[in-house]
Amino acid sequence: MYGLFVLRPLGLTIQYSLYQWDGIGPSTWAGLGNYTTVFTDPALLAIIGNAFKLIVAFSVVPVLLGLAVAVVIRRISTSRLALTARTVLFLPQVIPLVAAGIAWSWLLSSTGVVNQFLSAIGLGGITRAWLGDFSTALPAVGLIGAWVLVGLCTVLLMSGMTKIDPSLYEAARIDGAGLWREFTAVTLPSIRQEIAVCVTVTVIAALASFDIVYISTQGGPGDATMVPGLEIYELAFSHRQVGLASALAVVLIVVVLACVLPIQRLARKGGAQ
Amino acid sequence: MIGSRREVISGRVLLIVLMAVTVLPFVSLLTTALQPSGTYPSGLAWPAHPQWGNFTQAFEAAQMGRLLESSVLIVAGVVPVSVLIATMAGFAIGHLRMPGGRVVFLLFLLGLTLPFEGVITPLYYEVQGMGLLNTRWAIILPLIGLFMPFSVYWMRAHFVTAPGELTDAARTDGVNTWQLFWRIHVPLARPAISSLTILLFLWTWNQFLLAIVLVDDPTKRTMAGALGAFQGQWGTNIPLLCAGSLIILVPTLVVFLAFQRHFVVALLQGSLKG
Repeated sequence: MYGLFVLRPLGLTIQYSLYQWDGIGPSTWAGLGNYTTVFTDPALLAIIGNAFKLIVAFSVVPVLLGLAVAVVIRRISTSRLALTARTVLFLPQVIPLVAAGIAWSWLLSSTGVVNQFLSAIGLGGITRAWLGDFSTALPAVGLIGAWVLVGLCTVLLMSGMTKIDPSLYEAARIDGAGLWREFTAVTLPSIRQEIAVCVTVTVIAALASFDIVYISTQGGPGDATMVPGLEIYELAFSHRQVGLASALAVVLIVVVLACVLPIQRLARKGGAQ
Repeated sequence: MIGSRREVISGRVLLIVLMAVTVLPFVSLLTTALQPSGTYPSGLAWPAHPQWGNFTQAFEAAQMGRLLESSVLIVAGVVPVSVLIATMAGFAIGHLRMPGGRVVFLLFLLGLTLPFEGVITPLYYEVQGMGLLNTRWAIILPLIGLFMPFSVYWMRAHFVTAPGELTDAARTDGVNTWQLFWRIHVPLARPAISSLTILLFLWTWNQFLLAIVLVDDPTKRTMAGALGAFQGQWGTNIPLLCAGSLIILVPTLVVFLAFQRHFVVALLQGSLKG
């Protein structure tokens, strides 16, 4: 099963990527031509760039916020508020991304709640159709991704923190460590592994984003929010450029691996110390 | 570990603000879904006359009954088979340490980071070649394959830590491998198995890419895929669209809230073992 539906397609992707094919007629050998296109076409390079920009929103923001929330929750861990927060923050993770996309495209539309709120606090001047504006569309998509992923990071990081030996904190207190010292000296090193998992999962989510973008912007306006995942889909099934789509797919797979492996290695090395 | 008052208060404020932001889209979906159908409502406002009928209308317009049936069929096709295969494979690789297991495991690890988009194109032609395009099998079979890396990884992580003494004891009692697996190790692995089941349920239900690429007929797709089609068809009727979205996301919320404790605990243990 795995071989048939994962390994074979993987091989075929590489094979297709070396040809020029419209999906129906005969294919012609293109060698590395498709790859040259991927790496020289400014539009395609911009699309790959978009994926990297999304890492900030999908990965950096949720991990940092998740850390902050996890620390707070640990400190007030017995209260009802903390338990509720854990559940509520995790909700976006379980609903279909498509539904998240629909809900947010509505919130961010020109008559949506976000603009309503901004007008209410006297910022009516900057209201706009956030997903339709060239300069704000990509950050807006990033916001949706961050919304989805904060909960996951929080829960994962919290689980790491519950395993920390409380005596470590006591020792830190006795040594006169402040909150910040305690956080950097005790908490952070202890949850290295969990942070690595969070970063890995969210980076993959950023690089391979598809659902949210498809629903909320279709890559537009122009190509402002086009990401590799969506471009592969469009190239292969709308423009019938199977070869080029496959080359982009291979590049995407390699990029993901190239981002994820160093993270794993760093985490391993840290763990061994 | 009681911090100063100010810390506690600012911490609480942070939590409340984040929770409000998290819940906001759901609230907005609900209030909008209750506006009169076909209007173009603005912002967040509780409608003067809540139109609960929108839910019925969306339910009928999108043929939700058939969609639900389709999603359930797909889940029923994907989840049990995946869990069974993954449990056996995890047992073989993690506990029995079969010869060649390491190689197989490395192959699966490779698949763990694989974006679905990376294989979607060949998958389309492969499924087409099998004559399965536009059937539910087009979603079921590839999904089983695509879920394998994670599922095997998950089950292996459980079986690696399963006590070897149990196996040795059972062996001396003359138990064969098959019985050892079913009678002793599967019952012990129940927490890992049930959390895997929940995760796979959610991922299947929410699967979008495969559904829109491989199946044209929305009534044969997964819920999420069907919602995509629904948006295309009813995108201008915002209240109806919101009602439809809510109907589609409710089952996932129910599953999550019902199995919540289980789910979080599993997530905590499972994803970190490796």
